[in-house]
Amino acid sequence: MAEQPKIAVKDLTKVFDDLTVLDHVSFEINKGDFVCIVGPTGCGKTTFLNLLVKLIEPTSGEILIDNVPADPKKHNISFVFQEPSTFPWLTVEDNIKFNMKLKKMDKRTMNERTDEILRMIGLEEQRHLYPRDLSVSAEQRVVIGRSFAVYPDLLLMDEPYAQMDIKVRYYLEDEVLKLWKKTGSTVLFITHNIEEAVYLSQKCMIMSQKPTTVKEIIENPLPYPRNVSDPEFIQLRKSITKMIKWW
Amino acid sequence: MYQEKERPRWQNMLLSCSGIIVFLAIWQFVVSSGIVSTDKLVAPYTLCMTFIDKLSNVVPDGNTILVHIATSLKLVLAGFLLSCLIGVPLGLLMGFFKTFQALFSPIFEIVRPIPPLAWIPIVIVVFGIGMKSELFIIFVAAFVPCVINSYTGIQSTDPALLNVAKTAGASRMQMFFKVGVPSALPMVFVGIKVSFGSAWATLVAAEMIASSVGLGYMIQQGRQASRPDIVLLGMLVIGIIGGVLTGLLGLLEKKVIPWKKH
Repeated sequence: MAEQPKIAVKDLTKVFDDLTVLDHVSFEINKGDFVCIVGPTGCGKTTFLNLLVKLIEPTSGEILIDNVPADPKKHNISFVFQEPSTFPWLTVEDNIKFNMKLKKMDKRTMNERTDEILRMIGLEEQRHLYPRDLSVSAEQRVVIGRSFAVYPDLLLMDEPYAQMDIKVRYYLEDEVLKLWKKTGSTVLFITHNIEEAVYLSQKCMIMSQKPTTVKEIIENPLPYPRNVSDPEFIQLRKSITKMIKWW
Repeated sequence: MYQEKERPRWQNMLLSCSGIIVFLAIWQFVVSSGIVSTDKLVAPYTLCMTFIDKLSNVVPDGNTILVHIATSLKLVLAGFLLSCLIGVPLGLLMGFFKTFQALFSPIFEIVRPIPPLAWIPIVIVVFGIGMKSELFIIFVAAFVPCVINSYTGIQSTDPALLNVAKTAGASRMQMFFKVGVPSALPMVFVGIKVSFGSAWATLVAAEMIASSVGLGYMIQQGRQASRPDIVLLGMLVIGIIGGVLTGLLGLLEKKVIPWKKH
């Protein structure tokens, strides 16, 4: 029997006044997949993620998670936004616990998970500090740690490393892969950086220019850990770049 | 922007004390040398003597200064605390929930511009002469800044933080208590400090409502008895206690909002 998809998007359309942002988008994602969404700037990638978590309502179509209409109150979803989103009044440790507390997880599991996540993101010694005492990259690590701590069924990441320099980005990309493997979450990762998409994803979803549709979903068979200078890596990156080109 | 190097704490304390000492010295000199007549301005030394005298002397206002201080403190703190207890939650609810805003905002916008002193005549009619009326005037003065700052504070909550909670499945109430309220705390404290200042500053006016004790009353009596030393002493004590309590509020703020850069 074929595996039931984790996420099924059917004919999703979003129209703002007379601007069609998403035009009958349909696709399926399996449980535990790491999918990168790439596409031209302004094509509606962020709108798409916002629709998935009900921050905005679709004009038509539906999004099913485990065959049930997507609802953050019912499903275990986490979102990493583009802008820094640590809670300034909570310490690093309490930031990590925030989503777990919302989900009313038991204290023991919460403490164990917190220790584990802090160890994985390398912020054990900073656990009692406030975000104001952290660098931007450490802050983003806290946000990512917080999102993975609930072992989400679905984790959505909206260009989380857009503001980082290349060295920090490599480091954080490895960290995300580590956390993804550990938690087995399904990850949807938006990026405009094609190298990042090839480095991280099992599948690359390529979006078209507005009105946006899914142009193609490309399987990425390269084994982890990946090497950006590997000829196969470069080849895949080039072919995706070619598909995105609209100029 | 040019940023001055941070000085050690003791140096700041020394500078602050020096400022006060120099100010008092100039004041004493101006009066002692006859530049300003002692009929118009009392010297700091004379004020000290009046203060010591008023610790036991009940003339001309019928009470020692400690009784006046205790009465005024009780009145101001009661009015101030009441305004915080009602004003802060009201401002937070109005700023976060549209229903509350629609319900209370029009009434608040009408009440807001009315000066606290304009309430005096009607308050006397409603509550009569005495403590209740004084308390109401102080409450009105302290209430407005509490509401406005709490309202503005929660309205400026970073939408990204609200979205984090929302996408993690938070209910509207959880978003209010776990994101809105803590995010508004720095502004709430600004409101509390401003409201304390307003409460203390309205004291003299409130105690004009047929009071028989309190610092405001003492000042009134000093004026009627042509005792500028009593008037100035009353003013100075109000200023010093106000300053000390504002300092204590600052310490409380550091405890309650340790994450804010002070």
